[in-house]
Amino acid sequence: MSILVDENTRLVVSGLTGREGSYHALNNRSYGTNLVAGVTPGKGGQDVEGVPVFNTFREAVAATEANTAMIFVPPRFAADSILEADDAHIETIIAITEGIPAHDELFVYNALKRTGRARLVGPNCPGVLSPGKANVGIIPAGFFKPGNVGVVSRSGTLTYQIGNELAQSGFGNSSIVGIGGDPVPGSSFVDIIALFEADPQTELIVMSGEIGGAAEEEAAQYIKDSVTTPVVGYIAGLTAPPGKTMGHAGAIVSGSSGAGQAKIDALEAVGVRVGRTPTQVAEIAMKILGK
Amino acid sequence: MDLLEYKGRNVLARYDVPLLAGREAATVDEAVAAAEEIGCPVVVKAQVKIGGRGKLGGIKFADSVDEARLQATSILGMDIRGHTVHELWIQKATDIESEYYAAIVFDRAAKAALVMLCTEGGMDIEQVAEQHPEALSRLHVDPLIGFHPFHGRRLAYEAGAAPDVARQVGDLLAELYEVFTQEEATLVEINPIVITPERKVIALDAKVTLDDNALFRHPENAELEDSGGADPQEQMARERGLTYVKLDGDIGIFGNGAGLVMSTLDVVAHAGGAAANFLDAGGGAKADAIVASVEVILSNPNVKAVLFNVFGGITRSDEVANGLIEAYQTLKPTVPFVVRLDGTNDVEARKLLADADLPNVFPEATMDSAAAKVVELARGASAA
Repeated sequence: MSILVDENTRLVVSGLTGREGSYHALNNRSYGTNLVAGVTPGKGGQDVEGVPVFNTFREAVAATEANTAMIFVPPRFAADSILEADDAHIETIIAITEGIPAHDELFVYNALKRTGRARLVGPNCPGVLSPGKANVGIIPAGFFKPGNVGVVSRSGTLTYQIGNELAQSGFGNSSIVGIGGDPVPGSSFVDIIALFEADPQTELIVMSGEIGGAAEEEAAQYIKDSVTTPVVGYIAGLTAPPGKTMGHAGAIVSGSSGAGQAKIDALEAVGVRVGRTPTQVAEIAMKILGK
Repeated sequence: MDLLEYKGRNVLARYDVPLLAGREAATVDEAVAAAEEIGCPVVVKAQVKIGGRGKLGGIKFADSVDEARLQATSILGMDIRGHTVHELWIQKATDIESEYYAAIVFDRAAKAALVMLCTEGGMDIEQVAEQHPEALSRLHVDPLIGFHPFHGRRLAYEAGAAPDVARQVGDLLAELYEVFTQEEATLVEINPIVITPERKVIALDAKVTLDDNALFRHPENAELEDSGGADPQEQMARERGLTYVKLDGDIGIFGNGAGLVMSTLDVVAHAGGAAANFLDAGGGAKADAIVASVEVILSNPNVKAVLFNVFGGITRSDEVANGLIEAYQTLKPTVPFVVRLDGTNDVEARKLLADADLPNVFPEATMDSAAAKVVELARGASAA
């Protein structure tokens, strides 16, 4: 097993006709992901390397039974595209787009909660990879192989770094999930950790957090109450100065809120072991899984 | 983007927020002209993006134009906790009977705007929550429903606003919410709201933060950014489209991806060093972006050594290596570079660097060893 994407994924890509969208979507197809459609208003009837393009999500779903959407359109169109995918009853929406206005994210988050339909991962995230099954997004899949470690992270390259350290120590992954670096992510650590907890393949969860917000503290509480799978943590940005946005829109310490040490303390208080460097994360994982 | 008080106030002025007359001034003469135009008494307010300026002498009352001249002379150029005062806001003075506080914050955890009203002015909001919870009201706004007049009344009555001004206070909150959503702010804070002896409710101050990601919908707001007073390296980086934050240390950092760069700063600190900057070249950085990055990093005179820490995903490691080689040829750096490259095309990248045989470039295999090496080199440079 794995979570969110696998061999049953039928992928439709919003922005398939764009340069970045087509490059990454076709990469995903080469990996084995079942890429069934693209959506670009005004380009319905065309195709991209044999993948049919539709004007609307509804048409795409009706024709191809797509169940998963990847959003690759520019920030000003992204919220609309996510809402359209939900309206067409797509089950899982993975939004790669960086730079979506915060108020758009707020509206989308609450609207999806109201419809109770789609699960949103991202935006501003690298996507989801289930090694050997499917890759939706921009994660360089070649570094990862199937295994029993689930990874959830707010960052892209840091995920690859930690994933690579794990791979060099002999670990594979059930799924690797980037939840994104924005202030209002569609899925939180809690949401993804719950999926890993329910996944029999996942024997260890690695969560990679960073400064800003309180998602790691919420995860700590959830782990304490509901998680039996061992969790290893990492928090980036311990030395970041307050009041400065560190690249990700959501990575900012505001006053006393969002500081890295508080997140480490919250996680360690519930028994999560937190590596101080990405290498330490792999070392702790080795100890826990007895390698 | 955090706005100076007067720029935030001018954003509020687009709506029906009750405000006092005022004018900005960048020189003493402009301050005097403003005081003459508005009519004394006036208040001379330092425009700096830091709280507590009143207690530090950044807000002064002036009964006459001459006094306004004196106050403007003393405040302009003043240092308030590391912020130099380049601009003033000259505002009509008013009599004050009581002070309230209002704020709308973007509550990430609740995924909603949080509107707060406090009828105990001049106190820290956390302190009020603890000592006078009856004077504080809070409301999370459902963005699909919005903020309606009854929400304003509810907050006003719950916080114990004086009955004769409760409706005015509620209306003010509704206007502030309008500003928050229409201008796509992440913070609108008024400290204080004042009640005058004539029982008028006025927003006396304005702290507004706008969402940078929404500026494409508000081109007029993009102009509210301050050009003066910006750090020269940060300015340079912005012009080159790089994400850069200046820090206090002496080790220049280049990386790709915000999380990995944050982690790099931490690992350097873990090894006993201190980073001079955060620099994220972003996904898919090409050689010219790398040359520009090196230029920005080296323009900081504190930098004694540089760490390149790259994990190639979309970014190709060989592009990074080529960029570094090009940067060496054009910029001829004198400080040592430690380079750790992994990921897409890392083998080619290492070969490129080995063939180029650049002086003073030290390849390292892991993040931890690279951090240790760069800290050692920076220390050596300090000792020399």
